[in-house]
Amino acid sequence: MSDNKVFMIFQDTADARPFIEALTQENPAANVVHQPGMVRFEALGKLGITREVVEELAGREIDLQEMHLTLISLSGNVDEDDDYFRITRH
Amino acid sequence: MARKLNMRKRYELLTRGLGWEPTYQPREKVFSNETYEGIKITDWSKWEDPFRLTVDAYWKYQAEKDKKLYAVMDSFAQNNAHLNVADASYVNALKLFIQGVTPLEYAAHRNFARLARQFGGEGAQIACQMQSIDELRHAQTQIHTISHYNKHFNGLHDPFHMFDRVWYLSVPKSYFDDASSAGPFEFITSVSFAFEYLLTNLLFVPFMSGAAYNGDMATVTFGFSAQSDESRHMTLGLEIIKFLLEQHEDNVPIVQGWIDKHFWRAYRVLALVSMMQDYMLPESPMSWKEAWEIYFVENAGALFNDLGRYGLRMPRHHEVATAEAEHLSHQVFGIFYNYTHAAALNLGLPGEKKMDWLSEKYPNTFDKYYRPRYEMWAQMAKEGKRFYNGGLPQLCQVCQVPMAFTEIGKGDPMQFSYRVSEYNGEKFHTCSDGCKDIFDHEPEKYVHAWLPVHQILQGNCGGATIPDVLNWYHFQPEDSGEYAGSADEIRWKAMHGKAAESTQDAA
Repeated sequence: MSDNKVFMIFQDTADARPFIEALTQENPAANVVHQPGMVRFEALGKLGITREVVEELAGREIDLQEMHLTLISLSGNVDEDDDYFRITRH
Repeated sequence: MARKLNMRKRYELLTRGLGWEPTYQPREKVFSNETYEGIKITDWSKWEDPFRLTVDAYWKYQAEKDKKLYAVMDSFAQNNAHLNVADASYVNALKLFIQGVTPLEYAAHRNFARLARQFGGEGAQIACQMQSIDELRHAQTQIHTISHYNKHFNGLHDPFHMFDRVWYLSVPKSYFDDASSAGPFEFITSVSFAFEYLLTNLLFVPFMSGAAYNGDMATVTFGFSAQSDESRHMTLGLEIIKFLLEQHEDNVPIVQGWIDKHFWRAYRVLALVSMMQDYMLPESPMSWKEAWEIYFVENAGALFNDLGRYGLRMPRHHEVATAEAEHLSHQVFGIFYNYTHAAALNLGLPGEKKMDWLSEKYPNTFDKYYRPRYEMWAQMAKEGKRFYNGGLPQLCQVCQVPMAFTEIGKGDPMQFSYRVSEYNGEKFHTCSDGCKDIFDHEPEKYVHAWLPVHQILQGNCGGATIPDVLNWYHFQPEDSGEYAGSADEIRWKAMHGKAAESTQDAA
């Protein structure tokens, strides 16, 4: 059993796409689970995205706080700044 | 032009230095609720919201969320999209939702406004203000979305009135009233941590995914829109716990006691959700047990591992809740099947396909304990003797659920679970060790519980007969009873008959 699992869940919508793709790209060890209407990312210890990657994928400037529009849930300790968003658990 | 400040700086400017030391009145009079629970705060400036959301960003994103949601609601109404749900029996889940959950959102709105006033630190004040506004938004958007269904289905017409009176709604109501009548730190531990952080994923995530699975795009949208605020609230729940534990070691046993109590209180409320998930969704994407494993067992295990360094342990009786996951939804459904004539829901026995799904999801329990019971009830219904329980059940003094749970924690699922405590020479009954512990810790509080069955028997609920009571609940006669042959089912069939005709006409 995993005792430091973290997760993030996004709506499965076009607005969430750059975030979902950035999570996939930047967290290759994460387990990605598709369920009706949503996508869940699970990982041990850490999940994170950087603004640069999300912007590249979206093809425009992004404020990472835009993720509030499509983020459904998360578990872990949040560490957030202009250029990155991470959740961790030790 | 000045350079844009970074996120950390922007958040600091919002949450530091806005407060002031009062001079007309002593500080302890201004924040009069802050000390009586025994919590010690030495330095509010140590509070830091992990989501560094400033007010302008908050309004911008909330407005955007509402714009998206209202666009979906408009198109849902315009396209008569209620016709596209998997089956009208699905709407019963929405009935339970608006009767039992939406009023909690409104109560949360009021309570977080109180917290925003009563907490002495600016960071906490702002987080609670934002949450207060969020909760009001949730209540409004739920009412607005479900109002479309109210035009076409029964049981959705007066949820706030029902919430204050109806027997099964006293389960969520009494939990929330319990938290609301406690001090501000107990309230936030209860609602933000025990309910939102530990358990709310179980309500919103699989259920809303279920709504998506059953073709209800309006509910998916309000659900996920609310849940997008919820990820902020959950983070607040975790932060407040860490903050309290870091402020003073004397806070640790107090907080642990609240976590033990409110975990169990909130878990008992979610018993209703377990039934929604397993029995009220015609197509279920995930069983209660699976959801419990993912969102409680794994998640809370990791969380308490993390919190262990502060001296916290898992909530008491969590292992009972996990053992009960194999039984919970079936036992709650059994209660509702007994009393469908007194609920503003139309429930029926699961069909063959659903029973097979339940067997598959509950291989250790369903065929052994529950399928035979349903087969017997089906046989009785076939013979014109559909079973309705004519008596009124004993309710648990704490969680207020009818005492039909069994001794699963003790490995005896065939034995009803009853506990009894004495207080001031009177006996009080509870359904479990979890509820008994809560009663015994604060008996002076729970002896005042407004128990719907006691109130009916005392003549405080509109009269002595079931129709009198249902009338006092504001139920219409067609709101209750078996789904097969209900007004909802008849109307659903007629809608589809008509929809088919008009399609043919158009062709």
